[in-house]
Amino acid sequence: MLGEAEPQWVSEEVKTGTTIIAIEFDGGVVLGSDSRVSAGASVVNRVMNKLSPLHDKIYCALSGSAADAQTIAEMVNYQLDVHSIEIDEDPQVRSAATLVKNISYKYKEELSAHLIVAGWDRREGGQVFATLSGLLTRQPFAIGGSGSSYVYGFVDAEYRRGMTKEECQKFVVNTLALAMNRDGSSGGVAYMVTIDEHSTEEKVVLGNDLPTFFDQ
Amino acid sequence: MEKHFTDSRVKGVSTGTTILAAVFDGGVVIGSDSRASMGGEFVSSKTINKVIQVHDRIFCCMAGSLADAQAVTKTAKFQLSFHSVQMENPPLVIAAASVLKELCYNNKDELQAGFITAGWDKKKGPQVYVVSLGGMLISQPVTIGGSGSTYIYGYVDAKYKVNMTREECLQFATNALALAMGRDNVSGGVVNLVVITEAGAEHIVIPGDKLPTFSDE
Repeated sequence: MLGEAEPQWVSEEVKTGTTIIAIEFDGGVVLGSDSRVSAGASVVNRVMNKLSPLHDKIYCALSGSAADAQTIAEMVNYQLDVHSIEIDEDPQVRSAATLVKNISYKYKEELSAHLIVAGWDRREGGQVFATLSGLLTRQPFAIGGSGSSYVYGFVDAEYRRGMTKEECQKFVVNTLALAMNRDGSSGGVAYMVTIDEHSTEEKVVLGNDLPTFFDQ
Repeated sequence: MEKHFTDSRVKGVSTGTTILAAVFDGGVVIGSDSRASMGGEFVSSKTINKVIQVHDRIFCCMAGSLADAQAVTKTAKFQLSFHSVQMENPPLVIAAASVLKELCYNNKDELQAGFITAGWDKKKGPQVYVVSLGGMLISQPVTIGGSGSTYIYGYVDAKYKVNMTREECLQFATNALALAMGRDNVSGGVVNLVVITEAGAEHIVIPGDKLPTFSDE
């Protein structure tokens, strides 16, 4: 019998095509992401949490090719565990970011994923690192993924130094909502992780609880 | 994956630009940057005017291929002035937008130009229309276009409010264009704004050093 043609999404590469953001406040960081995973024009997972723990107080946000990003996160998770046993204390955020950067840079031709690394450590407090294409840079905040293009103007205008934890959380949710509205590859729910000295708090903002804007 | 207007097919002849139009209480603001670049590497003009007057109270901004846009606006200007003589009345904004739409739709295979038309007429007051690449015509309260517009979708969605005052709208338009020019390397120069109300059209030019700055500058 003639075989049925398989649906297109089976042969498309699975991308997280996403919006991710991380921002530092005095005493910690807030990370945020959307939850859509697409393969071509199909959404293959509408509730994926793209904020992946690398250690107790260090998380990374995944974007780009889903497989590449997850693999890098798992490798660094393992390497950080070994490292923290060797030094007999919690790892620094900069160490985690360096491990991610090492993989991204060494395999930059083969991989197409961008991870933002953010967390809290005792020495430097809250820190955000961008590792795009194998560079390593500390920034007050970082955005990434396909949806980030649409919100560069918004974050440039709205970011101020010295925001409180609550203001940062609001900033993250607003930015994600705006990007999810405009980017076809971002959507679903918003995941948020707040890391400070005392706790690591994960939160989900469901679709109908996201902020709305003048045209909705 | 998002599609940028500075596609390799268009790169050589694109205006690489940021254009914007917004309705406020009593009028519209239409504006653009002023940079013309060749392939994103060389700024061929720092002070090009991308806001074209097609009638007393109707202006339009062009995006895409500069040559196509100029040819279309020249034709449209001619047709509109003839139309307004026949009607013995200033043309409606939607008439101007429709003329552009007809040209874009009927020649869609050859042309690569899109337009924002903004103006004021007695029938419907201030209006903004968008004619997209294939010839779709829609009316919106606020619209942005050009390569730099990608970066300010979030800002415009968040900050535009219906029925703003003239000053609020001018500040909104200036901020949006300045933010786009800050992120898009093929947009830049000065901000050219035109405010159109019942009373007429007023040009405002904001040079680079008077643009608003944001926390990272």
